[in-house]
Amino acid sequence: MDLFEYQGKQYFARYDIPVSPGGAADTVDEAVKVADKAGYPVVVKAQVQVGGRGKAGGIKLANNAEETRFHANNILGMDIKGHVVKRLWVEHASDIAEEYYASFTLDRAAKKHLLMLSAQGGVDIEEVAEKDPDAIVKLHIDPVDGLSAAVARKAAVDAKIPEKALEGVASILVQLYRCFTEGDCDLAEINPLILKPTGEVHALDAKVSLDNNASFRHPEWEEYRATEELDAREQLARTHDLQYIGLDGTVGIIANGAGLAMSTLDVVNQVGGNAANFLDIGGGANADVMAAALEVINFDQNVSSIFINIFGGITRGEEVAKGIVEALSRVDLRAPIVIRLDGTNAEQGREILKNAGIPESKLVSKPTMLEAARAAVALSNGK
Amino acid sequence: MAIFVNQNTKVIVQGLTGGQGKYHGLRNKAYGTQVVGGVTPGKGGTDVEGIPVFNTVAEAVAATGADASFIAVPPKAASAAILEAAAAGVRFVVCITEGIPAQDEAKVYNTLVRDYPNTRLLGPNCPGIISPGKCNIGITAGEIAELPKAGKKNVGIVSRSGTLTYQALYELKQRGIGVSTCVGIGGDPVPGTNFIDCLREFQADPETDAIIMIGEIGGSAEEEAAEFIKANVTKPMSAYIAGVTAPAGKKMGHAGAIVSGGKGTAQGKMDALRAAGVKVGQNPTEAGDLMAEIIKSIS
Repeated sequence: MDLFEYQGKQYFARYDIPVSPGGAADTVDEAVKVADKAGYPVVVKAQVQVGGRGKAGGIKLANNAEETRFHANNILGMDIKGHVVKRLWVEHASDIAEEYYASFTLDRAAKKHLLMLSAQGGVDIEEVAEKDPDAIVKLHIDPVDGLSAAVARKAAVDAKIPEKALEGVASILVQLYRCFTEGDCDLAEINPLILKPTGEVHALDAKVSLDNNASFRHPEWEEYRATEELDAREQLARTHDLQYIGLDGTVGIIANGAGLAMSTLDVVNQVGGNAANFLDIGGGANADVMAAALEVINFDQNVSSIFINIFGGITRGEEVAKGIVEALSRVDLRAPIVIRLDGTNAEQGREILKNAGIPESKLVSKPTMLEAARAAVALSNGK
Repeated sequence: MAIFVNQNTKVIVQGLTGGQGKYHGLRNKAYGTQVVGGVTPGKGGTDVEGIPVFNTVAEAVAATGADASFIAVPPKAASAAILEAAAAGVRFVVCITEGIPAQDEAKVYNTLVRDYPNTRLLGPNCPGIISPGKCNIGITAGEIAELPKAGKKNVGIVSRSGTLTYQALYELKQRGIGVSTCVGIGGDPVPGTNFIDCLREFQADPETDAIIMIGEIGGSAEEEAAEFIKANVTKPMSAYIAGVTAPAGKKMGHAGAIVSGGKGTAQGKMDALRAAGVKVGQNPTEAGDLMAEIIKSIS
């Protein structure tokens, strides 16, 4: 789950990482109130999860209440690359002497944590990596050992952080690492990490991505969940606890297992179609889950055919078939279904589907993934 | 022969008294696996359909001589369960638990490397391992695995995805091709056992004549495997990579299946494998067809 900047900053604050005084605002009046409290000048920042906010006019400096009102009014409701601004973050504008970069992620290949630190912050780090790779210090951290203050300081020295900022940067690194590990982040990034003329170091931006698997031990994540940028289809899928990702094609997909679901999208694409979604209903495919899945697919107005791709491993084919028949009796579908049912007891399953009295205009059964994909795409295009 | 497990492997089930543990533990036993005990704290002294339950892994190992463990406990308890098995000297630990926090996985992996180098972890978030006719630990339906055939060419399977593992088993069964061992390494970011670990074993296993590898988007495990294959694997291979059309930045069901920063794409992985001499199919069936051709050519 990706956090908005304001949430990231609030999350940082939990781990004692210094951020600018400020607050979130949903209206112009709120923005002025926050600005008055933070102290002018302030920066008014659009809260959207997309890069290039500044260029799009979504970040503005305001010297007084009037300017704050003007910018807040312009930015709220602004469309930035398809993301409509619903919330602002207003914070006291910092004087910047220097800009650095710091992040922690998991390096999957090394199976260790990875610190990336650079004295060249405030710009796209990918660009720095390309143009001047030596400007980025990459340090692997054994998750069992963690990150000590001494190691953090050495990394800062290696990254050529100037003497006057060393202690400040090292201490933020230790705090950011704590946020990354104890806070169960997939990514904790500060860009830029700034040095103020007064000598303090603090986080001017916050990019935080949380590991959904750890939500059981973070009740405080509940509020982030409420603001997650999901489309209406994804919202509906979430209420049914389904693993769903909305796409923009016309073939609705239901498969059991993440790998098979991914594979299903690929095969649909290979035969000239486009999937409307990714949907994994898991190992067991009972009637309740199938009905919920069909309901979510049916909600998507772009869907003109549905491809159900089930491989019976533990779940036996006849159980899957019964589930589908029952689900069909509960959900009134707009689009026809093509089903490929394979694996354990698949023949019995197909027999059940055949004898269920469902007209062929509503349900077609195909023996292989490829044939089913072709049929689903043909139905989808024919509409 | 087979890799990692065989007919002599003695298995305990951590979480045998829970729903998943009981269901799959008993299925594994019914398949012929030596399921010799279970572990559930506080339920020591009881039994599950004749399988004795112990309070700790150490007690279970001492009483039964188990050398493998099957962990079917919830995400909160999984890390401790893995380390308990390692501390008790269990050689091979299969963890099917889905949803373990990545931070916990990274810690457990590095703890195993440092403190318990003799313990191999398979998973988490994996279907398990089956050596057809000998041993089945995990959730794979044993019926869909073709028995290896003496005097014929047999195939080893290694896969990141559960259902695609079953799909691969099924593709081979339909063609009557025997399977030496099928290993599901799981879809999480920090798997205890990776492609290379399995490829090394398959290369050394006299019963395995060819290998099917099934990968998916995210990370660089397939690319690293390709490097290893180029240098070390002489047995012929076919492969399939899922997620060609997956949008960037989205976790596709598996915690580890994500294309980020232009890295971890299916195309990159397929190219790397092709460059290593692996025959790469566009879908699981094609990977099966390619394997059938390979078997024909080496028989």
